[in-house]
Amino acid sequence: MKIVKIFKLKWEIIPIIIFLGIWEIIARLDLMPGQFFFPPFSTVVTEFWYLTVSGVLGRNFLSSLIRVLIGFSAGSIAGLFIGIIMGWNNLANKALNPIISLIYPIPALGWLPLLMLWFGIGEILPIAIIFICSFFPILYNTVTGIKNVNKNYIYAARTLGAPDIEIITTVVMPLALPNIFTGLRLEAGMAWRVIIAAEMVAIPTGIGALMMKAESLIRIDIIIVCLIVLGIMCLSFEKFFAFLEKKLTYRWR
Amino acid sequence: MSSIKLKNISKYICKNINLEIFDKELLVLLGPNGAGKSTLLNVIAGLIDYEGSVFFNKIPVDKEPANKRRIGYLFQELNLFPHLDVSANIAYGLRIQKQSQDEIRTRVEELLQIMKIKHLSSRYPKELSGGEKQRVALARALANSPRILLLDEPMNSLDYRTSKYLRTEFKILQKKLGITTIYVTHNFYEAEEMAQRIAVLDKGSVEQVGSPQEIFFHPTEAVNDFIGAPNILTCDYCNRLSFGLIEVKCGDISLVVSSEREKIKKVAILPEDIYLSDTRPPGPDVNRVRGKLTEIEESSSTVCCTVKTGKNSLKVKLPQEIFASMNLNIGDEVWLILAPRKLKIITDGE
Repeated sequence: MKIVKIFKLKWEIIPIIIFLGIWEIIARLDLMPGQFFFPPFSTVVTEFWYLTVSGVLGRNFLSSLIRVLIGFSAGSIAGLFIGIIMGWNNLANKALNPIISLIYPIPALGWLPLLMLWFGIGEILPIAIIFICSFFPILYNTVTGIKNVNKNYIYAARTLGAPDIEIITTVVMPLALPNIFTGLRLEAGMAWRVIIAAEMVAIPTGIGALMMKAESLIRIDIIIVCLIVLGIMCLSFEKFFAFLEKKLTYRWR
Repeated sequence: MSSIKLKNISKYICKNINLEIFDKELLVLLGPNGAGKSTLLNVIAGLIDYEGSVFFNKIPVDKEPANKRRIGYLFQELNLFPHLDVSANIAYGLRIQKQSQDEIRTRVEELLQIMKIKHLSSRYPKELSGGEKQRVALARALANSPRILLLDEPMNSLDYRTSKYLRTEFKILQKKLGITTIYVTHNFYEAEEMAQRIAVLDKGSVEQVGSPQEIFFHPTEAVNDFIGAPNILTCDYCNRLSFGLIEVKCGDISLVVSSEREKIKKVAILPEDIYLSDTRPPGPDVNRVRGKLTEIEESSSTVCCTVKTGKNSLKVKLPQEIFASMNLNIGDEVWLILAPRKLKIITDGE
C-alpha cells in the first residue's frame, strides 16, 4: 500500500521537476529576451533561503497568515451561524435573502475603498475584506446544505423526541457538512488570493506588500518567491479542508 | 393503557375521519395509494397540523408537539440517520432523553439482541441490506419504549420472502410487547396476515372497519372496488383430512382447504387468484374445477370471465394477453385451479 502511494507521489513530482529543469535551462542559456527579468530557478531558491534566514519572509508571511486566519474564521463562523438561521427558519430566509442576494455579487475587493475610509489603513482593513470574502459563500453553502437535508430525517428525529435545537446539532448540521465544506474549501484558497490583493493596494506588511516592494526594486526573484509561497498556501488550505471533510464524512457518504 | 381515538380529523385528502384503536391492538390501515394513510399517521404522530382531535388514552394530545407524544414511527423510507452507525441510530432517542451512558448501553444491547442484529452494531446504514435496515429502524423506533407504534408500509421495498419473515417476527414481537400498533399497507394479503382489525381507507375516508374475515366476506361497495369482489361459495359438507386439511363440498365443487377448524361455512377466493386453462391441467385432481365459459368482459388490461360449474358461477380475472393466447369463446369448456393458499374461509365460530 505504502509502496504504491510513494510510487504515485513520484509520478506527480516528475512533471514539476521537468518544468523546473526547463526553466533553469532557459534562464541559464539566455533564451528569453531580457535575461534580467527571468532569473533561473536556482537564483529563486537562493533568494528564498536568504529571505527565510533573514526573517523577512517569515515576518511578512506571519502577518498575512494571521489576517487570513482571523478574517476567515470570523467570516466562516458568522456565515455558518446566519446560514443555519436562514436554512432552518423560512421567515428568516425570506427576510434576509433579498438583502444578501444584493450584496453577495459585489467582489470582495470592491469593498476596499469604502473600508479604507471606514477603518483606515490598519490591521482591521484586510481582516474585514477577508471576512466579507468568506462570509457569503459559506452562508450560501450552509443554507443550501440545510435545505437539502431530507425532511424525513427531521421527522424521524422529532418522533424520537428531539427538540429543534437537538435536531439542528445532531441531524441537520452533520448532514449539511458536505455542502458546508465545499464552501470552506473554496473560500480558504480565495482568502489568500484576496489578502494578497489587499496588501498590494493598501497595507505596508504581508506577502502582498513584500511583492509590491520587490516590484519597485525590480527584484523578480523575490516576486517569484512570494508567488510560490502564495501558491503553496492556497493549495494547503484547500487540501486541509478536503482532508477534514473526508475524515468527518467518508464513513457514511 | 394506550388507546387512540381520532375525532373528525381533516387534513389534505382526509375528511372527517373518526377511528378508534384499542389498547394493545394491531390495526391495519388498508387502502390504495393516495388514500390518506400516511397523512393519518403523520397526524397521529403530530408531524403536521390538522383539524379535529387526537386522543391517547382519552386525553387530547393536539397541543403536544411530535417530540412529546412518545411515538415510535417506522417510516416507509426508514430514515435511518446515514451519519450514525447502527448503535448510535438506536441510541439516538435515549441520548435525547439524557439517559445515563450505562442505561443507554444496556438498552441498545437489549434491542440488538431482540432484533438479532448484534453483529451489525458498528455498521453504517449504507452498509446494510434492506432487511437489516428494517430491523435497525424498528429497534430505533422501540428504543424509547413508545406508547404507540406507527408503521408506514415498512415492508414495501423488501422481497417477498424477507418481508414475510419479518412480518411474522414483528407480529410475535408486537404481541410480546403489547404495544398499540397501526400498520399501513396497500396489500390486502399483508393486512389479513397482520391485523386483528382492518380499517379500509379510500379517498380520505374510512370505508369499513372490521376483522379480516368481515372485510373479505362482507365488503362495502367502495372496499369491493379496492380489494375486488370475491367468489363466495357456501359449503354443504366438510370432512377432516390429515395435516390440518379439510375437504369441503360447495354444490358440485369439491375443494381442499387448510384450516384448524372443521366446520367451514363459506369459502371465498378473489377472481385474480383463480387460474384458468383451456386444457385439462396436469397434476392431481385436487381443487380443479371443470366448467363452461358463459360471459367475457374485457377491460383495458384484464379480462373477466364467468365460468358456470353446476349450480355455481365463478368469476375469473386474467391478463388480456394470456386470455387472447387461449382463443376462447362463450360456451367453450375450461378448467379452473383454486390454489388452497388463496382460499379464505369462514368457520362456524366466526
